[in-house]
Amino acid sequence: MTAATGIGARVKRKEDVRFLTGTGRYVDDLPLARATYAYFLRSPHAHAGIKGIDLSAAEKMPGVVAIFTGKDLAESKVGSLICGWVVKDKHGQPHKAPPHPVLAVDTVRYVGDPVAMVVANSHDEAKDAAEQIKVDYDVRPASVDLAKAFDKGTPQVHAEAPGNLIYDWELGVKADVDAAFAKAAHVTKIDIVNNRLIPNAMEPRAAAAEYDKGTGHYTLWSTSQNPHVLRLILSAFVLGIPEHKLRVIAPDVGGGFGSKIFCYNEETAVCWASSRVGRPIKWTAERAESFMTDAHGRDHVTHAELALDKDGKFLALKVDTIANMGAYLSTFSTAVPTYLYATLLAGQYTTPLIYANVRAAVTHTAPVDAYRGAGRPEATFVIESIVSQAAKDLNMDPAELRRKNFIPSTAFPYQTPVALQYDSGNYPPIIDEAMKIADYKGFEARRAEAKSRGKLRGIGFSSYIEACGLAPSQVIGQLGGGVGQWESAQLKFNPTGNVQVITGSHSHGQGHETTFAQIVSDKLGVPLENIEVVHGDTSTTTFGMGTYGSRSLAVGGSAIMKAADKIIAKGRKIAAHLMEASVDDVVFENGTFKVAGTDKNVPLAQAVFAAYVPHNYPLAEIEPGMDENAFYDPANFVYPAGTQICEVEIDPDTGETQIVNFTAVDDFGNIINPMIVEGQVHGGIVQGVGQALLENAVYDKETGQLLSGSYMDYTMPRADDVPSFKLGYKVTPCPHNPLGVKGCGEAGAIAAPAAVMNAVRDALAPIGVTQITMPATPLNVWQTIHGAARAAAE
Amino acid sequence: MEIKGEYRIAAPREKVFAALNDQAVLQACIPGCESLEKLSDTEMTAKVRLRIGPVSATFNGKVTLSDIDPPNGYRITGEGQGGVAGFAKGGAVVRLADDSGTTVLTYDVDAQVGGKIAQVGARLISGTAKKLADQFFGKFAENVGAAAPVASAG
Repeated sequence: MTAATGIGARVKRKEDVRFLTGTGRYVDDLPLARATYAYFLRSPHAHAGIKGIDLSAAEKMPGVVAIFTGKDLAESKVGSLICGWVVKDKHGQPHKAPPHPVLAVDTVRYVGDPVAMVVANSHDEAKDAAEQIKVDYDVRPASVDLAKAFDKGTPQVHAEAPGNLIYDWELGVKADVDAAFAKAAHVTKIDIVNNRLIPNAMEPRAAAAEYDKGTGHYTLWSTSQNPHVLRLILSAFVLGIPEHKLRVIAPDVGGGFGSKIFCYNEETAVCWASSRVGRPIKWTAERAESFMTDAHGRDHVTHAELALDKDGKFLALKVDTIANMGAYLSTFSTAVPTYLYATLLAGQYTTPLIYANVRAAVTHTAPVDAYRGAGRPEATFVIESIVSQAAKDLNMDPAELRRKNFIPSTAFPYQTPVALQYDSGNYPPIIDEAMKIADYKGFEARRAEAKSRGKLRGIGFSSYIEACGLAPSQVIGQLGGGVGQWESAQLKFNPTGNVQVITGSHSHGQGHETTFAQIVSDKLGVPLENIEVVHGDTSTTTFGMGTYGSRSLAVGGSAIMKAADKIIAKGRKIAAHLMEASVDDVVFENGTFKVAGTDKNVPLAQAVFAAYVPHNYPLAEIEPGMDENAFYDPANFVYPAGTQICEVEIDPDTGETQIVNFTAVDDFGNIINPMIVEGQVHGGIVQGVGQALLENAVYDKETGQLLSGSYMDYTMPRADDVPSFKLGYKVTPCPHNPLGVKGCGEAGAIAAPAAVMNAVRDALAPIGVTQITMPATPLNVWQTIHGAARAAAE
Repeated sequence: MEIKGEYRIAAPREKVFAALNDQAVLQACIPGCESLEKLSDTEMTAKVRLRIGPVSATFNGKVTLSDIDPPNGYRITGEGQGGVAGFAKGGAVVRLADDSGTTVLTYDVDAQVGGKIAQVGARLISGTAKKLADQFFGKFAENVGAAAPVASAG
């Protein structure tokens, strides 16, 4: 029964029926009687004082219900939005934490900073009224250029963060690393920029809130990846609404990629105002607002040095990074360039000594926070760029240099010099498989053939590691994280044998409704159609931590396994009673309790029925009902790893880069649904390709205006930008979670930028190009080629 | 971004300078100008409808004349709020030179936009400002005397 639907089966996604037939239900679809609509007036300046706000004309506009400004929120004691992760600097001091008002009070700090919220009978009336608000701005110079953020004379973003420095943080012992460099036979150095990205979920952020005066209950519908955490933040820190009086619902959500983890200004303001207006309030971001205000990703400037001995063994790695936080610290912003970045700098290698120095800067730009991979793509880009550069410097094959430095399979569990202990892995077979699939041996012939057509062909490797399945709560606590990172699950059977799987994770494209059902189907033998996965509503689900950091299966799935074990344990007692056997003799196989060595059996559904209709039931020993709850706190992170090989062809006349081959071999541990994993890998690679070749969030360096603020100037990857991917798998099951799984949601995006850029660098190397910044747009490639040609001519 | 241009106007310099200070002439020549009210000899309020790329908005703002040096030229600056569309500001240094009874007008424009206009139209602002400047000075030259552009360079 379960073979076709259980673990390992390519089950078509249950949720796609509604997504593909237009019957999904998103926040904006909510029919709320007597609804009003919010529109946020935003700063057109990157940095300005607010001398005054004149609402008189706006208040007289048709349809206006109320207008709120930062003063109104301050007067009603609405708190600052919070950063939930306290990072301690190299002197043990907590990071600087400037206030983050829900609506700007006396200063605006980025283009898009909300200044006023207009609530009206329709969206258009709210927008028209907002146009009549007169804000008297005192425009000030802005700090935009990350590399100059700490320079003397750079405009200051917050008085609370002198010199624009949020923290100066380090990991590793600098003196030890310096000593290793002194003995090195060779040192490779690189300077790289990890370009700033704009998330672009298909569904823009949205919020709707309703206040029930009779009960004092607030309901907030939000496009959130973690509704319980959003409720906790709003209750405990920002709005002060008690948790039991606030219900947060994240219904169908159309993509997040990290950008919907955070607690933003708009849902906070809408929720707060709903009780003042006395009618429901709805808000949906326009695409232009998404560009301006969704937390952006990446944005690092890094100098790195790798020390090698004469045989190419890595001796030490030194990394110096400036990370952009934007104008305010978003919910998890401080952790991304530290604990999710520097701790990954060992990669797949035995590098014995690593020192990382990370300085976080505030700038007059939109807040920056976790985006698919969050810190790990940045780490992978540093390591895999410098390793490929070292191979070029030493005239070694990039695969050989990697293989020479891989952590051997016998060394697991492996303690890295940057805090993490890798639980399992076997890297050499992965790169071997990838090289076989990519026909690495045939590459030089393909390069020569391309040259005959006037094309520059290059090949690039990226052997990534990630730490995901966030996370062991006690480790997170020691590192300054403000929450636990376990997950909850509840298996709630109905008397007729069907079951609700209630999870604290949240699906916004990942396919949990299918994968989680497969786990339960496999474990308990319940047919897939009798399983329903429930998530996203704080009133109907147990407290949970949500979905990010490739954690849902490794942590949320493990919680489901624990709950299923409890169901089996209880079912065994019921079955033993029904079969008049000893519990010790009862086994559970393929959905049925059996007495070993006899033909006696009780299907699970029968035990469930007996539990709800306990006429023949050991009531003195066990409670009726079949409804089990479990919480799972992981023992360690999980460590997916893999190798991607990208092959590109560049047209030197136009600068256009075409990806002609792309291979990815991954170790995700055990795989529940190969089709969904392929989808995740494909999507991740495309996002990584987008970063490498197309996407770039650009602010005017003087005025702080967002120049790439629409799809005319911000290029998303499309189907014709990527080839058909060649995928492979190697499996080393995770030893510490019951499913043996490792997580696959971010891997593609983590590894791909380095694979693509290494291929681009390899293609351009024969014509004398040594460095090129990301993204390798046609303009950038063309200018780089011609710059190199000019340099050679001089 | 800066834009320069030059026009030859078949009128004496004094007449051209007077026209540059004539509110009615300015109103007729500023592209999209819906109203222009004089506050003083050097200050006016204006309402101008502009289209930059896909964004079209009405800007309410102030026009200021400064560095007035009759009949050699002045600086004209404007700053307008376009509501949710953002803001636009810019100015032009206008110089007048006498050339055997006709006047050679040269201008040097700089412009800046912010908010939504910058978000979707920054790429287009250079071309738009050039077009607007040409429209203004072209119409101005036409109004003041028979004229033809000598040369213009972006």
